[in-house]
Amino acid sequence: MAVSGAPYRLRSAGDLPRRSPLAGLGAAYEHMWLIYRRTWRGSIFGSFVQPVLFLLAMGVGLGTYVDTASPDALGGVPYIQWLAPALLVSTVMQGSVFEATFPVLGGFNWDRRYHGMYATPLTPFAIAFGQLGWVVTRALMVASIFAFVILLFGAAATPGIVLAIPVAMLTALAFAGPVAAFMSTQRDTAAFNSIWRFGVTPLFLFSGTFFPIDRLPDFLQPIAWVLPLWHGVDLARALALGTVGQQPLLHLAHLVILLAGAIVGLVATYVMFKRKLER
Amino acid sequence: MTPDESPTPLIHARGLTKKFGEFTAVDAVDFDVASGESFGFLGPNGAGKTSTMRMVGCVSPVTAGTLRILGLDPNVDGPRIRGRLGVVPQQDTLDTELSVRDNLVIYARYFGMSHAEARTKADALLEFVQLAERAKDKVEPLSGGMKRRLTIARALINDPSILLLDEPTTGLDPQARHLLWDRLYRLKQQGVTLVLTTHYMDEAEQLCDRLVVMDKARIVAEGSPLQLIERYSTREVTELRFAVGVQETLDGQLEGLGERIERLPDRVLVYSNDGEAAAAAANQRGLRPETVLVRRSSLEDVFLRLTGRSLVD
Repeated sequence: MAVSGAPYRLRSAGDLPRRSPLAGLGAAYEHMWLIYRRTWRGSIFGSFVQPVLFLLAMGVGLGTYVDTASPDALGGVPYIQWLAPALLVSTVMQGSVFEATFPVLGGFNWDRRYHGMYATPLTPFAIAFGQLGWVVTRALMVASIFAFVILLFGAAATPGIVLAIPVAMLTALAFAGPVAAFMSTQRDTAAFNSIWRFGVTPLFLFSGTFFPIDRLPDFLQPIAWVLPLWHGVDLARALALGTVGQQPLLHLAHLVILLAGAIVGLVATYVMFKRKLER
Repeated sequence: MTPDESPTPLIHARGLTKKFGEFTAVDAVDFDVASGESFGFLGPNGAGKTSTMRMVGCVSPVTAGTLRILGLDPNVDGPRIRGRLGVVPQQDTLDTELSVRDNLVIYARYFGMSHAEARTKADALLEFVQLAERAKDKVEPLSGGMKRRLTIARALINDPSILLLDEPTTGLDPQARHLLWDRLYRLKQQGVTLVLTTHYMDEAEQLCDRLVVMDKARIVAEGSPLQLIERYSTREVTELRFAVGVQETLDGQLEGLGERIERLPDRVLVYSNDGEAAAAAANQRGLRPETVLVRRSSLEDVFLRLTGRSLVD
């Protein structure tokens, strides 16, 4: 093979262009798209199968039993319609914890992608928010497919089910931010396993997705209030069932708490990424 | 070109210091690197080479002292400076989920290059580092040498003013090292400013116009490889290797064989300007080493003299 010189152009030392931090953010985000292009088929399939299984087992299976046993238990709403928007938000939340864990651990420790990015004009701002931007994009994808499946099942009470999608994205960010910030301090998946077992799974089960939180023992109810999942679940459900107007203040509070969680997560991720990269 | 002749060095460091809490990784070092120069940091592990490189790479804030790169302060203009650097880190930072070519294309995007520009440049660089046939493969199955070459190609994507290489050939087999050295030598010929760290003296001799020897966070000597050898060593070295246990019994019998004697665990080094004469003198004294080797002085000898220990320990 004939190789002579490198494809290299000598530039003057004074040629030092400035780039906006947003351009860097776009490039970091584009990196995630590029990775996703390799795996999207499997991921789309998974995003489709999970809601089908859950809506079949819980919505149709358990739902038929609930609706027959006590038709008025949920204000006369069929169980599957009551469950579907909540399940959408809960499922997206779980996915967002994954998306904030493995790419972050890998970026810092495994293939060390972030360190490669930081050797370029990219800033910790671009690297942190490129990653979280991707988490929100994945939330949009998973939520949209889920909403589509809900429509296929005829499980949407009103067109308001579409509004469950942005609520799910906001909930995803409220979870992914703190998780990404924490994972930047970790070297392996040991802590992740604990988060999943003692955090994500109990939340999934006890945040009002499958039954109203007023069925929980009294001492557990404040926990639902503190963690963001119930707020996302309850807001998405109200939007889908068209019942927001019944308790406007409560639903406004849900939105404020979700926004606060998302902002705290963004700031925490930025601070932790910056600290980890600049040593 | 020496720093004195160059009005604006590409890298200018005075009293450059890096501390991690109480630990001082780099202790007030001074150096300048001129345009087109090939500059090396030689030293054992833990000498402060990587910390210095990370500060020059604008990814590690300067604790104290002055550092200017391309005339700018890294603590103020880090991203702008990084836009003109090419970095080959000690540990690979390639994206193992992407193809060889996509690794270059996305990196080009970080520097604000268009997609079309990125693809053209990526293909030309893959040709240069002899990876064109692997363009569509994933990174994971590549050999260590291939990954290093890919990292070098990636570091060149933005036509950097300075190429920073942190131990570029550590862990590679001899063939892979020589291929890499060849490519770096071509870059040097084309006027790329190279800054590298190494603990291999043959690498420093091959690639560096000028180097500093670092030990315990400080610079202990500076010069061209030849200057350092002239200043800190003799022209030749006679290596005497004795049967096990004999070396310990030689007290007093080695003195005066050369200008200086260095006792290593496994052999005795006699420094002189005529190695054959030193070997003959040892023979006359009735010393019977198992093997005798006369060689030219190398940077290893300089290092031994300056720090009292060998480079790779």
